[in-house]
Amino acid sequence: MEKGDKVWEVFIQKKSGLAFKHVGNVHAYDKKMAIHNARDLYTRRGEGRALWVVPTEAIVSVPLDDSDAFFDPADDKVYRHATFYEIPKGVKHL
Amino acid sequence: MDKFEEAFNKIIEKDRKVEPRDWMPEKYRQTNIRQISQHAHSEIIGMQPEGNWLLRAPSLRSKQVLLAKIQDEAGHGLYLYSVAETLGISRQEMIAQLQSGEAKYSSIFNYPTVSWADIGAVGWLVDGAAIVNQVSLQRTSYGPYSRAMVRICKEESFHQRQGYEIMCSMAFGTAEQKEMAQDALNRFWEPALMMFGPHDSDSVHKGQSMEWKIKRESNDHLRQRFIDRTVPQAQYLGLTIPDDQLKFNEETQHWETGPFNWDEFWNVVKGNGPCNQERIDHHIAAHKDNEWVREAAAAYAAKTELEVA
Ligand SMILES: [Fe+2]
Ligand SMILES: [Fe+2]
Repeated sequence: MEKGDKVWEVFIQKKSGLAFKHVGNVHAYDKKMAIHNARDLYTRRGEGRALWVVPTEAIVSVPLDDSDAFFDPADDKVYRHATFYEIPKGVKHL
Repeated sequence: MDKFEEAFNKIIEKDRKVEPRDWMPEKYRQTNIRQISQHAHSEIIGMQPEGNWLLRAPSLRSKQVLLAKIQDEAGHGLYLYSVAETLGISRQEMIAQLQSGEAKYSSIFNYPTVSWADIGAVGWLVDGAAIVNQVSLQRTSYGPYSRAMVRICKEESFHQRQGYEIMCSMAFGTAEQKEMAQDALNRFWEPALMMFGPHDSDSVHKGQSMEWKIKRESNDHLRQRFIDRTVPQAQYLGLTIPDDQLKFNEETQHWETGPFNWDEFWNVVKGNGPCNQERIDHHIAAHKDNEWVREAAAAYAAKTELEVA
């Protein structure tokens, strides 16, 4: 990577009420350049009303090798799903 | 076979997507890097033949349209460099490979655009061929590449239409304009067909790429789709496809073409096309000219950003 060049992840909110969505990344040297580059690259056709850029290195993720064990606690808790419960026939709005 | 390889094979078999952090065979990674970086370079170098007419566009409207199209192509190049970066190659390395000639780009961009009708022919035929290829690649097995293709295809639809609009105004214009339109078709027809690559019988990378679902349809298959779509469009324009063996096969319902001049194709791939040198020289010159901008940006970031890479 060229000196000073950084990669930033780009998130766009399409309209109010919707969640921000990851759309890709841009190269830029500083915050302002990152947000300008993100605008020029990802919103040329009114794709967004709000933009976030985050340095890629600031994103923390679970190592893929650990992911089975990491997400394991959720695997055996079927009772967290509505379908686990039996409701007598004829009872409505549950 | 270890559990990682098994997981990879299952992704391919079930038509799921391979994601950047998934285990993948080294050759799958390298094949994708080669194909995606070559695709990115094509988008970037492809701006040059069109940029050639930016300051000579015949109206303000056509200038605006052409500028917007070229900006899109720059965007496509950047999306694709990002995709390749997820496979472990840096943008800087890719640019170096392009400039040294180690990496290729689509040979079509080594032909000059000598008249305004050529800009029409590029949008109509070159983007048209690219769309056929890219629509098919939306189903490629590497997730980030597939997502980039979906995005690119959405943007491409105007590119081909603006090209055909130029062809219409030329073909239905004065006799001289119509002649320019015909001349553009004559020069771009065969190179556009060769954008799909060698015939299936001579394609080197085909087998493995199809097995890994990097490529979803064969070169000849995609080329035929393009021909079948394009011939009637040329007929509407009242232009003649420069192939005296072209005929419609009633049985197969496909247009059949005469043999292509593959010697010419390989000659251009090897670097001897009319503009190969010019394209790379221009890229290197622009990169050098901008060096002070990168230096200034780095110095500014060092002063103003809390943490700099
Ligand atoms: Fe493109
Ligand atoms: Fe395009």
